[in-house]
Amino acid sequence: MPPLARYLLRRTLWLLVTFLAAMLLVFVLVRLVPGNPVDAIVAQMTRGGGGSGEQVEAIYDNYMREFGLDQPIWQQFLVFVQNVLQGDLGTSFAQYPASVNSMIAQALPWSVAIQLPAIIVGWVVGNALGAIAAFRGGWFDKGAFLGSIFATSVPYYCLAIILLFVVAVRMQALPAGGGYSFGLSPEATLAFFGDAITYFWLPFWSLVVVFIGGQAVGMRSMAIYELGSDYVNYARGLGISDNRITRYIFRNAMLPQLTGLALSIGAMIGGALVTELVFNYPGLGTLLFTAISANDYPVIQAIVLLITIAVLVANFLVDVLNGLIDPRIRAAQGGDR
Amino acid sequence: MRGANLSPRFWVASTMIVLLVLVAVLGPLVVATGPREVIGGLYDRPSTESLALVLGTDNQGQSVLANLVHGLRTSLLVGLLAGAIATVIGLVLGLIAGFQGGLVDDIINAVTNIALAIPTIVVIILLGVALGSRSSVALAVIIGVTAWPWLARAVRAQSSSIRAREHIEVARLSGARWVSILGWDVLPYLLSYVVMAFVLQCSGAILAEATLSLLGLGPSGSTSIGTMLYWAQVWGSVRVGALWAFLPPTIVLTLISFSLLLLNSAGDELFNPRLRKGRRARRRGRAEGLVTPTVADPVARPGGAAR
Repeated sequence: MPPLARYLLRRTLWLLVTFLAAMLLVFVLVRLVPGNPVDAIVAQMTRGGGGSGEQVEAIYDNYMREFGLDQPIWQQFLVFVQNVLQGDLGTSFAQYPASVNSMIAQALPWSVAIQLPAIIVGWVVGNALGAIAAFRGGWFDKGAFLGSIFATSVPYYCLAIILLFVVAVRMQALPAGGGYSFGLSPEATLAFFGDAITYFWLPFWSLVVVFIGGQAVGMRSMAIYELGSDYVNYARGLGISDNRITRYIFRNAMLPQLTGLALSIGAMIGGALVTELVFNYPGLGTLLFTAISANDYPVIQAIVLLITIAVLVANFLVDVLNGLIDPRIRAAQGGDR
Repeated sequence: MRGANLSPRFWVASTMIVLLVLVAVLGPLVVATGPREVIGGLYDRPSTESLALVLGTDNQGQSVLANLVHGLRTSLLVGLLAGAIATVIGLVLGLIAGFQGGLVDDIINAVTNIALAIPTIVVIILLGVALGSRSSVALAVIIGVTAWPWLARAVRAQSSSIRAREHIEVARLSGARWVSILGWDVLPYLLSYVVMAFVLQCSGAILAEATLSLLGLGPSGSTSIGTMLYWAQVWGSVRVGALWAFLPPTIVLTLISFSLLLLNSAGDELFNPRLRKGRRARRRGRAEGLVTPTVADPVARPGGAAR
């Protein structure tokens, strides 16, 4: 088998192993909730006085089937895995009989719309800034470094709160919350897009600034590390132009940053969830918050699974990308180091 | 450590941290008002009538200043406890895996890698939901037992490189026991790394507590910086312009995070001479030795929960 194929196979196997481990973890933790979740929800519903005996029984049966609670625990896990693999995330407790799938489908595009551009823009700008700071040195480096450390240490939601207050409440320059104006409904028209974009800017910037900081700090130390390395000294000795050396350095310093990207995506999702809350943005974070306050376990479980899968897949893609562009990884797989 | 090596950055960072700790320790004694005492109405403006009213009142008519000093105390305690738990777990697992090698290493390594792959925030949210009612200590334990993987991996890498050094052989030949070799011959090489990792763990834990609180999973029955932000957020203090309710916790949280990161980067400079400023230092070859963990280091970056 060619080294690259072997590498990809191993990464795919690893993706499956971590996926199963994550499923097991979510399965066990959700069942740690004191008492049987189905009893809890049925009690909650009957307390509200809504529904006749028959209705409650139908609801009860539905959840027993969904969770497979009448079966032994290992079969419950299989039912759970099967449902997830089929893309069936269950039925909401709090908004019965709404399916979790439809609730997620409404919220997910908003979260992706905020996070994906923020990650891409922040990563590119942050790396460029870090590299330039390392090459230029002097006051520029000092200022950029301190600024970046500060930016990355500001919690996402703290910057969000301050931006919201200054720009939306004080200056009234942008709307203070939500995803789009009251009275509009999400549709693929220019008018709706033009309206939604004004709600987009604040959460977007509050994420990007913090993310740029983290990436710049990382890139700066990588580039400084490369600047002191033997091949750079050798290239200088040969009289190779600075521009060309810069290219060499950039390529080498880029690799760990690529790996860092996968890790920071995981960190960012956590921060972005709360950022959405601050702006009342109709994404997964807001959905998670309402689900937590209503003890809506199927929704919590679904969101948590979604985050996990997103992070696992992001890690996988970065690994694959690394395998494609880094000859050392292929060499290690081929055994000829 | 020679004084000449300490950069201004180090002094700024430690001064900030000492001040924050002083406020957390002495603050509740100076501001005699309790965090639960109702001393005014909804979002009373700051006034100079009494010390407790200097920062106005929050949504429940409680003193913001009293909440702030008590909350800072809770947040720092959660950070310290969670940071200590995570550092000890990561250090012990990493040391054993790296030094022992073989099957033990394989098992610990597999567990670490899986734990590293699953986002921390997910585990913390699930544990928080499962626990129903949470004391701040329980919260610290939750955060601590989920934050160790990156440290375990980093310590493992370093202790396995130390294993091959000669002085370990000497210690073995002289009949030193396994535990004593780990403690006296391996650990000292990692100490600077571990101290810096502890700083990062604390800051990560404090931020994780705030994130959890904002999601509605904060400590029940006690005030923390996170719960202050939660109430400020839920009651829309930003939208009604009640600056004094949301700005103090926001600033304090940023200060905690900034000062700890700054301390970490100052420590990095101290232990890792290549990063010191000046082009001359940069052009020197790679310094051999251990690299301290920073936000910069992708492996050493506390994943998940923070921020």
